[in-house]
Amino acid sequence: MRGKNKWSNIYLVLVFAVLYAPIFYLMFYSFNSGGSMRDFESFTLDYYKEVFADTRLLIIVLNTFVIALLSAAISTILGVIGAIAIHHVRSNRPKQTLLTLNNVLIVSPDVIIGASFLILFTMIGIKLGFVSVLLSHIAFSVPIVVIMVLPKLQEMSTTLIDAARDLGASSWQVLARVVLPFIKPGIFAGFFMALTYSLDDFAVTFFVTGNGFSTLSVEIYSRARQGVSLSINALSTLIFLFTIILVVGYYFINQRNVKSPVKEGRG
Amino acid sequence: MSNSSRRFYLVPYLAWIVLFVVAPIVLVAYYSFFDVEGHFTLGNYAKFFTPVYMRMTLSSFWYAFLITAISLLAAYPAAYLLTRTKHKQLWLLLIILPSWINLLLKAYAFIGLFGTYGLTNSLLEAIGIGKQQILFTDFSFVFVSVYIFIPFMILPIFNALEEMNPTLVYAARDLGASAWTTFRRVIFPLTVSGVKSGCMAVFIPALSLFMITRLIAGNRVITLGTAIEQHFLVTQDWGMGATIAVFLILAMAAMMLLTGNRKRGAVNARKK
Repeated sequence: MRGKNKWSNIYLVLVFAVLYAPIFYLMFYSFNSGGSMRDFESFTLDYYKEVFADTRLLIIVLNTFVIALLSAAISTILGVIGAIAIHHVRSNRPKQTLLTLNNVLIVSPDVIIGASFLILFTMIGIKLGFVSVLLSHIAFSVPIVVIMVLPKLQEMSTTLIDAARDLGASSWQVLARVVLPFIKPGIFAGFFMALTYSLDDFAVTFFVTGNGFSTLSVEIYSRARQGVSLSINALSTLIFLFTIILVVGYYFINQRNVKSPVKEGRG
Repeated sequence: MSNSSRRFYLVPYLAWIVLFVVAPIVLVAYYSFFDVEGHFTLGNYAKFFTPVYMRMTLSSFWYAFLITAISLLAAYPAAYLLTRTKHKQLWLLLIILPSWINLLLKAYAFIGLFGTYGLTNSLLEAIGIGKQQILFTDFSFVFVSVYIFIPFMILPIFNALEEMNPTLVYAARDLGASAWTTFRRVIFPLTVSGVKSGCMAVFIPALSLFMITRLIAGNRVITLGTAIEQHFLVTQDWGMGATIAVFLILAMAAMMLLTGNRKRGAVNARKK
């Protein structure tokens, strides 16, 4: 048994090593004064200074966050509305149809979403740029929010709503005082997911971005195609740290969800 | 719930579905019948069945299959071993963490790692194999794709293994089954749903990859995704691009029917 354990540990260590090697490799060379991803010469923070001095890049970072926050907020609202709408459908067939249609954008490859949105925006005459990117990010985040919120709605006992109505609550009050507080964890999780999907997206944005407007992923792609530049390394180190903060944040939100009275799934 | 308030919820949501789910698919199908000059034609479909496109489709499927198979082979033992560790939720989080990092950055890292003077070549030289051309080969393309997709394969398998009742394994062993038989007859059949959703989560994106083919494979590998991107953004032949997209959508629908209607692992991946 001992020997077997050793091999399994080696395998796991190997998996982790391979998973993390590229990330740490990038981070390590971001401090290299040598100017390339080989032969570490000496420690420098020049590339970080370069990143912070690059106004074009900073504007792109700002764009990326504005798009992410706006699209996450709007898609959360739409997604909650959608989840409630699906939840209200009583008969099985239409409900399944709605759910299938909802999931189409989740299972579709990014290239298809990008290409079809490009056609759509050109047809209805939306200029490619900020608006088209924002709209497409909203569009592909909505189904994710729906999927995160729907289980919470199904968990909610209908007697809760009946009680509120009996006590004279208007439908607006039922929504604001009973339903929304109950599904709050799902809403937060959905918002968070929408945020990360938007920050992470490359392919869809690449199709609908047009000239003049760029997000971080698209910018990294065009820079990476020109070859290695260590300011990308510095930038990715910063993004990596930011991602860790986001993940830890999400982890705690999830933990709170798990602690809620009715455990969902395996929790 | 009164009818009017029900409509209040249903209308904006249905509007979203019509505008961003139904309309794009219809438009893709519509565009596939037009050539570059905007004339109605079936030529795109005829072109799709010529050897050039057929070979591309086949090789795209072959690469996607390879990527899925290798991911599965690497992921299953990893997922199994993860369920055996202490603090497994923490380890699982660490496995998923790289999948949250922007894909482009990971691909970019491999440009450095696999470069002529990169770490991999230094290692190869150190153990006496000598420098190899790694970047811009099929190997690097498959390796990087597996690297990117493997968390989405590990996660559903891990979940399926966790849901399995461990007493079944003990029972099999008690009844004299060897470790291999236990795996083949008990563990694997019980976790096959996880394997299926993992394969779904890898195969379809692998069919439509495009930035990795450009950055890592140096345009050597053309997948359906690359072809679509090429037609839409470079040659501006939207009709042909839409035709390939139609076939990709059909392939996707077939895959979904084949493996049962399951949502993509990626969503589950991030949900946990």
